[in-house]
Amino acid sequence: MADYLFWIPLLPLIGFLINGLLLGKLPRPVVSAVACTSVGASFVLSLLAFFDLKALDPAARQVEQVLFTWIAAGTFHVDVAFLLDPLSAVMILVVTGVGFLIHVYSTGYMHHDKDFGRYFAYLNLFTFSMLTLVLANNFLLMFVGWEGVGLCSYLLIGFWYHKKSASDAGKKAFIVNRIGDFGFLLGMFIIFWQIGSLEFTEVMAKAPVMFAAGGGLITAACLLMFLGATGKSAQIPLYVWLPDAMEGPTPVSALIHAATMVTAGVYMIARSNVLYLMAPDALMVVAIVGAATAFFAATIGLAQNDIKRVLAYSTVSQLGYMFLACGVAAFTAGIFHLMTHAFFKALLFLASGSVIHAMSNEQDMRKMGNLRKYLPITYWTMLLATLAISGIPGFSGFFSKDEILWKSFSSQYGHWALWLMGFVTAGLTAFYMFRLIYMTFHGKERMDSHTRSHLHESPRSMTVPLMALAVLSVIGGFVGMPHIFGVANLFEGWLAPVMHSKGHEAAAHALASAGGDAGMEWGLMAASVALVLIAIFAARHFYNKKPEAATALADKMTGLKTTLANKYYVDEIYGALVVRPLVNGSLFLWKVIDVVIIDGFINGLAVIGRDASELLRFVQGGRVRNYATVFVAGVIVLVAYFIFG
Amino acid sequence: MVPIHAFLLLAVILFGIGAFGVLISRNIIVMFMSVELMLNAANMVLIAFSRALGIVDGHVFVFLVLSVAAAEAAVGLAMIITIYRNRETINIDRYNLLKW
Amino acid sequence: MDWLTPLIFAPIVGSIIIALVPSKQTETIKGVSLIVSIITFILSLFVYAQFDKLGSGMQLSVNVPWVTSLGIHYHLGIDGISLLLIVLTTILTILCVLSSWRSVTHGVKGYFISMMLLTGGMLGVFCALDLFLFYIFWEVMLIPMYFLIGIWGGPKRVYAAIKFVLFTMFGSLLMLVAILYLYFQYHTYAGEYTFDILKLMQLPLPITPQHWLFAAFALAFAIKVPLWPLHTWLPDAHVQAPTAGSVILAGVLLKMGTYGFIRIAMPMFPDATMTFMPYISVLAIIAIIYGALVSMVQKDIKSLVAFSSVSHMGFVMLGLFALNQEAMQGAVIQMINHGISTGALFLLVGMIYERRHTRMIAEFGGLAKVMPVFSAFFMIVMLSSIGLPFTNGFVGEFLILLGTFKANMVYGIFAASGVILAACYMLWMYQRVVFGKVTNPENEKLKDINWRERIILIPLVVLIFFIGIYPSPLFERTEPAVRQVIAHIEKTRQAKMDLQRVDDNTLALREEDANTAPTADNGGEE
Repeated sequence: MADYLFWIPLLPLIGFLINGLLLGKLPRPVVSAVACTSVGASFVLSLLAFFDLKALDPAARQVEQVLFTWIAAGTFHVDVAFLLDPLSAVMILVVTGVGFLIHVYSTGYMHHDKDFGRYFAYLNLFTFSMLTLVLANNFLLMFVGWEGVGLCSYLLIGFWYHKKSASDAGKKAFIVNRIGDFGFLLGMFIIFWQIGSLEFTEVMAKAPVMFAAGGGLITAACLLMFLGATGKSAQIPLYVWLPDAMEGPTPVSALIHAATMVTAGVYMIARSNVLYLMAPDALMVVAIVGAATAFFAATIGLAQNDIKRVLAYSTVSQLGYMFLACGVAAFTAGIFHLMTHAFFKALLFLASGSVIHAMSNEQDMRKMGNLRKYLPITYWTMLLATLAISGIPGFSGFFSKDEILWKSFSSQYGHWALWLMGFVTAGLTAFYMFRLIYMTFHGKERMDSHTRSHLHESPRSMTVPLMALAVLSVIGGFVGMPHIFGVANLFEGWLAPVMHSKGHEAAAHALASAGGDAGMEWGLMAASVALVLIAIFAARHFYNKKPEAATALADKMTGLKTTLANKYYVDEIYGALVVRPLVNGSLFLWKVIDVVIIDGFINGLAVIGRDASELLRFVQGGRVRNYATVFVAGVIVLVAYFIFG
Repeated sequence: MVPIHAFLLLAVILFGIGAFGVLISRNIIVMFMSVELMLNAANMVLIAFSRALGIVDGHVFVFLVLSVAAAEAAVGLAMIITIYRNRETINIDRYNLLKW
Repeated sequence: MDWLTPLIFAPIVGSIIIALVPSKQTETIKGVSLIVSIITFILSLFVYAQFDKLGSGMQLSVNVPWVTSLGIHYHLGIDGISLLLIVLTTILTILCVLSSWRSVTHGVKGYFISMMLLTGGMLGVFCALDLFLFYIFWEVMLIPMYFLIGIWGGPKRVYAAIKFVLFTMFGSLLMLVAILYLYFQYHTYAGEYTFDILKLMQLPLPITPQHWLFAAFALAFAIKVPLWPLHTWLPDAHVQAPTAGSVILAGVLLKMGTYGFIRIAMPMFPDATMTFMPYISVLAIIAIIYGALVSMVQKDIKSLVAFSSVSHMGFVMLGLFALNQEAMQGAVIQMINHGISTGALFLLVGMIYERRHTRMIAEFGGLAKVMPVFSAFFMIVMLSSIGLPFTNGFVGEFLILLGTFKANMVYGIFAASGVILAACYMLWMYQRVVFGKVTNPENEKLKDINWRERIILIPLVVLIFFIGIYPSPLFERTEPAVRQVIAHIEKTRQAKMDLQRVDDNTLALREEDANTAPTADNGGEE
């Protein structure tokens, strides 16, 4: 079955090459057909791969396809090779499935853009890179995808390159990601140094032998890799690029900055779960950073007025949840949330794109209101997604989020404080999401008359993907229901072969023993549902029933409000602490060290030489008789030397 | 028979006059003649020793010097004339184009 | 059959043919140069085909006595490292001839004569196995380069040309002294006068003279590389040189320095290599970071690329001095990569300079709109320069960093930070040149690149991806050469240490070794 595996990433690459090399020469329908077909075919192959894999014995669900040797030097050897196992199978389904829907959606959304072909070329390139990332059988090939998606993110954020803010945002994303990649690289070096290989199967098999569990090296390696993850998945301290990334076209935000690319960090940690389980300190850092990011970003989300920025901070916050799950060694829960989040967050972004499309590119929620009248499909699909993200029982987000909260409480790596942060964040999430719904779709119509006259529901190519994603957002969670519901957790069972390590079994065992405490789990679940409901009603109160109450409350807390609205001034702080010293320091190096000191020294030598010659040239007076005199004097001296000397 | 040191003395005197002439004269023709004088002083020494030691090599060498001097005189005078045409002077101190 | 002699002398004969063409027939001159450079390229392909990738040692050797009284031989031969550099040189020469088609307007004849002589000199350096011959070729390429910068360069060309020549001469004279010392030393050792590199390598030298000799050679080569702080000639030379001059300068001339290290300085003086290793590594790391930081604030695109060369060549030096297979092979590949990427960058800059007669970043902006094809090429080359995976830059950089990390963790960490900085300066420059709105009215009427310019760029882009995705052919060819260099260094050092042990007659050293040796293996067993 392995023989067709490489076609899964290759097809989008072919699509990219066709659209990229024949840029501007193909008619639009052909461009979109090529782009959508390549990803669609890739999705079909992924489904095929999934079922083929399912047909295998659970222990044998690991298929590798080696294409060719990539780099071989000394003891270092890395192949271009793909690995299909339950984890990568889930990932390719999410990437190609959601990716395909977003491609279809884009044909409608980008219809009026003059750079239609370039857009789809980038989008296909992204799909290729993301599939390489998740299918790679070694860390280095994963890094190829890792940087590749970063590149596409850079290109797509800066897609409208004539806007300075867009190209700035793209550059920022790339550079911040590079900082993370620096960590990833060093982490890889440590792994290779100790194990002598970067292949996942070999690394995972040898790691328990080669590394001392809990030792400094493994902890350093895990932390460095996590630095990479914070860059790619927008966690503290490297999350700053993601909100700015909203400068890109909205489908891009849905695909790259919500559903797929930003989850790469979570995937990477889940993939290296064996390593992380050997480094409890690193796990703790992951959990704390995840929980802190979840809470921190959610608070910023409360005060944003740009519809996409709210969603951006919400993404950061939800990614925090996933890292929290990984940090408490509940990798399955993390991947589960990754999947459900891909559904509902992609839907949220696409729906907001539909809103922006209808509002003639207006993104400020203060200028919207009562849109449900004009955009019914968008409204209903977005509402479903909002219910899912808020964690209303029965929707997909409920199952995954609840799983994370419960594991963060009950796991041996968990702590009640972690749970508490997650719990509060759940309330905040529900609040800002319903604030968004109420400000956008309910209440008074605050747009100007011109915009209002153009309001229209989006075309079929956009609404169909919305509905498809809405279905997934609702039912996507049923594959992973908690044990206390008395049903088998299909998702956990599917991923179990990947999370096969001993340490994980111990954790599972600890969980099972804690699982006796079913009452506790029910109680916590009820508490979070109650909190979410309260938050929703609060949002309804402030933003639908009595908007003046919200203003009054905000006026009372102006300091807090401005701090939140300015995102805690983190960008400014980074600017003052990192960017400006770097630029000024470089200027100093150039203008002072290079030009004045080094070149001054060199030129000084030259000047000394020149001035010495300047003195000596007076000897060359141009008078023949002087030369003759010197000449005769020289002869006399020589003769005298030979006679008397 | 005139002793050899007489010849040598004469040669030294001739050479001295020649060298002095080169050093103090501004006239390029005079300088040129002084150089010839020095050459002939050297020739004299060669002849004197040749005769005193009874070896003809000195004679042979003098003929060589004479012919070279003749050629040199031709070329040198030609150069002086060319320079004179350009600079309209035979004052050596004015020939300072090579200065600096 | 001797393939190397025709290869070296094809361009030199070509320059004589060009000299015979009347200087007014510029089109004929250009045509002849193009044909000569293509012939040279084809010859280099023959050499590539003849080269046995499994064979170790020098191949395709020619060794005939030249000046017998002084023991000078006409000794040529190549290994994998020289092979790749030769092919790189011949490719870049064709592209340079093409890129000079329109940009050189005065003194066309002299220009192309210089180009051809330069090519012959460079090929000679890579083939020479006799130090005397090596030195001759080394100096031969200096002169045409001096003219290229000094006559066809920018406004400050004379300053730049003189600075370039003085720096290089300073180093190469010290090298000459060192060569002569070796020459006489070998005579006392073996009773034979020779300049043969392979023979001189066998000369055992006491530690102190080794240090001095290494320092002399290293200075000559480090100036060429250029290693911080000997780099200040480079930005001037690059900025002032004509496009083709910059391409050759960055693409090949800088490699002379690193090539000299790996071919001469390191294998001949293994102990000194060990002694100087930390110093050179630190300088290389400074070069990486310093070059990147300084290029970030440049206002002229060419000097930005020049400083980025300092940074990239720092990587190469670091890789060479990590002294393990991974890093050294990475360094060799990176030499090629830098030639391709930086060469392409200079060509691109040359293209917009031809149109706008300025290279100031601030003068541009919004080129993506008026010159989309140019922008796409620029993007690909920029990405290869910052080392994005699946482009050539990544393969070299990654191996260098990996090997360095293995050799010394701290060096590895500092050097890896260069990866971040590279992204900063390149992306910032790209943004200011290509993105944004067209603000300068002069940019509005710019024409996109034509077919000639595309033909120049396409081979480089193909190489960028080829080396990035499938570098095995290159690695296979450099592997034996690099292994041999390392083995030679190890062997010579080992022999010396054994000798010392016997001399010392103490167990102290042996105990120390016995203690350190197993720890190196322990990592694998724990």
